[in-house]
Amino acid sequence: MNINVSRRGFLMGSAAGTAALLVGVNANGVLAAGSVAAATDLNPFVKIDADGTVTVIIKHFEMGQGTTTGLTTLVAEELDADWSTVQTAFAPADNERYSNLFFHAQGTGGSTSIANSFMQYREAGAAARDLLVRAAAQSWDVDASSIAVDNGILTSGGNSGHFGEFIAIAATLEAVEKPTVKTPDQFKLIGSDKLHRKDNSGKTNGTAMFAMDVNLPGMIYAAIMRSPKFGGTVVSFDDSAAKDVGGFIAAQVLPNKAGVVAFGKNTWAAFQSRDALSVQWDFSQAETRSTDTMIADHKALLDAPQFDANHEVPLASLEPVLARAAKTIDAEFTFPFLAHAPLESENCVIEPTKNGVRVHDGCQFPTFTRPMVAAALELDPSQVEIRTLYAGGSFGRRANATSDYNTEAAMAFAVSGRKVPVKLIWSREDDIRGGYYRPMSAHRAKIGLDADGKITGWDHRIAIKSIVKGTPFAGMVQGDIDPTSVEGVSESLYNVPNFGVGLSDFQTPVPINWWRSVGHTHTGFVMETLMDMLATETDQDPIEMRLAMLDPAGANQARMIEAIKQVREISGWKKGDKRGFASHFSFNTCVAVVADVTVEDTSVHVNKLFMAVECGVAVNPDVIRAQMEGGAGYALSAIFRNEITLTDGEVDQSNFPDYELLRNHEMPAIEVAIVQSNNAPTGVGEPGVPPTAPAVANAIFAKTGKRITDLPMTKAGFDFV
Amino acid sequence: MQYQLKINGESRTIDAEPGTPLLWVLRDGLELTGTKFGCGVAYCGACTVHIDGEPTRSCQTFVEDAVDSEITTIEGAKDKIAQAVQAAWQEKDVVQCGWCQSGQIMSAIGLLSENPKPTDAEIKDYMQGNACRCATYVRINEAIKLASEKLEA
Repeated sequence: MNINVSRRGFLMGSAAGTAALLVGVNANGVLAAGSVAAATDLNPFVKIDADGTVTVIIKHFEMGQGTTTGLTTLVAEELDADWSTVQTAFAPADNERYSNLFFHAQGTGGSTSIANSFMQYREAGAAARDLLVRAAAQSWDVDASSIAVDNGILTSGGNSGHFGEFIAIAATLEAVEKPTVKTPDQFKLIGSDKLHRKDNSGKTNGTAMFAMDVNLPGMIYAAIMRSPKFGGTVVSFDDSAAKDVGGFIAAQVLPNKAGVVAFGKNTWAAFQSRDALSVQWDFSQAETRSTDTMIADHKALLDAPQFDANHEVPLASLEPVLARAAKTIDAEFTFPFLAHAPLESENCVIEPTKNGVRVHDGCQFPTFTRPMVAAALELDPSQVEIRTLYAGGSFGRRANATSDYNTEAAMAFAVSGRKVPVKLIWSREDDIRGGYYRPMSAHRAKIGLDADGKITGWDHRIAIKSIVKGTPFAGMVQGDIDPTSVEGVSESLYNVPNFGVGLSDFQTPVPINWWRSVGHTHTGFVMETLMDMLATETDQDPIEMRLAMLDPAGANQARMIEAIKQVREISGWKKGDKRGFASHFSFNTCVAVVADVTVEDTSVHVNKLFMAVECGVAVNPDVIRAQMEGGAGYALSAIFRNEITLTDGEVDQSNFPDYELLRNHEMPAIEVAIVQSNNAPTGVGEPGVPPTAPAVANAIFAKTGKRITDLPMTKAGFDFV
Repeated sequence: MQYQLKINGESRTIDAEPGTPLLWVLRDGLELTGTKFGCGVAYCGACTVHIDGEPTRSCQTFVEDAVDSEITTIEGAKDKIAQAVQAAWQEKDVVQCGWCQSGQIMSAIGLLSENPKPTDAEIKDYMQGNACRCATYVRINEAIKLASEKLEA
């Protein structure tokens, strides 16, 4: 079985041929231990070498969100390892044993890395500790209960030794299936603010390895000319000009006719050769609309929603309710396509191996990448090995069901003749123009109020292209509803009577994808802007009003109440405050934000954001703060001025000069409060994004009286300094 | 064409077409992959190296224009200021995805080399050419302050 060959290769390689203790799960998915030699059927989470070195095997990928630090913390805590010397290694592709327990697939996303690993990695660490303790007891002939473990050293009376001294005996013992884990009062590392990131040194001295850094003997470089309109296909091409480019190797049509690949002796030669190609396209199936038309088409869909997301309150039932309302709040919102623009653009290397291929990738979803690459090369998935490297950002871009750039690389490798490694690189222009965007969307809301200002009904309509329909993620669809289209509205924490949500699926060949915080990027903005409008309309303090709409008896509502109260406290919020407030629940986490902005004429500067987050047990508080800071910065970049627009189906933007990222001088000061909690940990990578945008919009309203309902905010005439 | 380059104190001979950006010579030819590709148009700063001590965008520097100059990449950044900056980066846990950080650090070294005690405004002004998609700016600025303090002590 090839799958075992690759796993064995991984284990032997990481163990450098020496003896090591492995603790992980066996074929039945239960905790087990063994030595390297005996462990062909074991996928470890922890490896302990003879010199005592502990290596934590990271089943998730690292795009900056801190997973290598987080999962290592969980193991090191229970193992009582020496934090400063614990190493990390990325897991190989294995759907079963390295699966995300929430997805039943190997993949990173939805801010789930810590949440789904919390017990699994702790139990692996605890099982390893238990084995070492029993081995030391045997070796020293003492009672196991007399042994203490601290910083990677076991002691009992006058006996003392490091982990590595006991791995040989430990490998012969049976691991306990359900090891005892620590109680929170016993934590030394979980919750500690003193742990530094595990990827710290490699990322400050240039040695951290990313896929784009892979250089293999004989490797050639590939760049692809894609259709300027989404959905176009190649009719013919002319590479005569490319032949004059130094370092040009060849150009060929991709088997799916989606583009022409140019091969070069280095990246520059590949880019130059690609740019010199002349391609004739068939646009008969392509998107040819312009942005204005597409926005109008979204709005037209709002007139007659296709589906009711809340079956208990169909929109039709709201008509009489809203007709009787003393007053209504009416608002319409539009959101543009957005590129993820990870700073390391899409790329990977495909290398021929004895049995198939090895993919070198900042791989976010091995469960999809493996079969997609296999299909493109007509291989069995077991013949595709994945070497996961650091990813220079993703924000969702690298997790898509078509594994688009991996598949492209596989097709390029196929047409290259499969003899030498191929590195596919997207230029920044490829990335900005290449699709897989946050979908464009439109919302329309009508909120009915009685004479006392109480909500009587809420008609909420959304038009957006579904992210998951027609993809391998289609299993997420509930009835007709793609939850990622309506999340954040349909499952709002607020107690709202007669809350109906209508949805229409927009159709376009433009490829779309999840973008950091997915549906919440737009639903959070809409909900929290509407809440601010409601507070203004009914003359209530925006914070008091929200607190009154949350039921403390509801578990998540109670968590949100706590987050809101904490942000009110750290920001010193007072009624009549000319700042902006917003809060949003996403990825099982509650975040509340107060934004302080200065507006001079039309120029906005965000001075400071106060953020409070309730994400359960704070495993790495500093990583949580970093994710709140990063999430806020990611949101600001988008709302200030980012948009992907089309003219006759072609993307107008091409690179950072016209898709401008947030810059150093625009970053506000950020103060984060983490709510003390004993709840199981929840996500932090994404939840900082959704409430930041409306908090800033509400702050701009507080200062100027101008509501922002169409993003980016440049559309409302503001610029940012 | 063959070019002789002085990189990180060593003389290296490379084969490249005239007009090839130094970035790709470093990354593909010399396997000095600590210098990163971000935009290719000198707009994000990920490819920043020092040429004769000056932070320079290697994606817009032709290889032939770098001959006769002292080129320093992140791999060769080892002087006192570089060490202080890198230590401060680790102390403040600046990095997230890490892709822009070589460029950020090379710029920060450039800043502290010409201005050992920059104010907050001077830091923001100098560093605005280096984009960070993870928005680690708050910590970048704290780390530069910390490195400045440590160098002064």
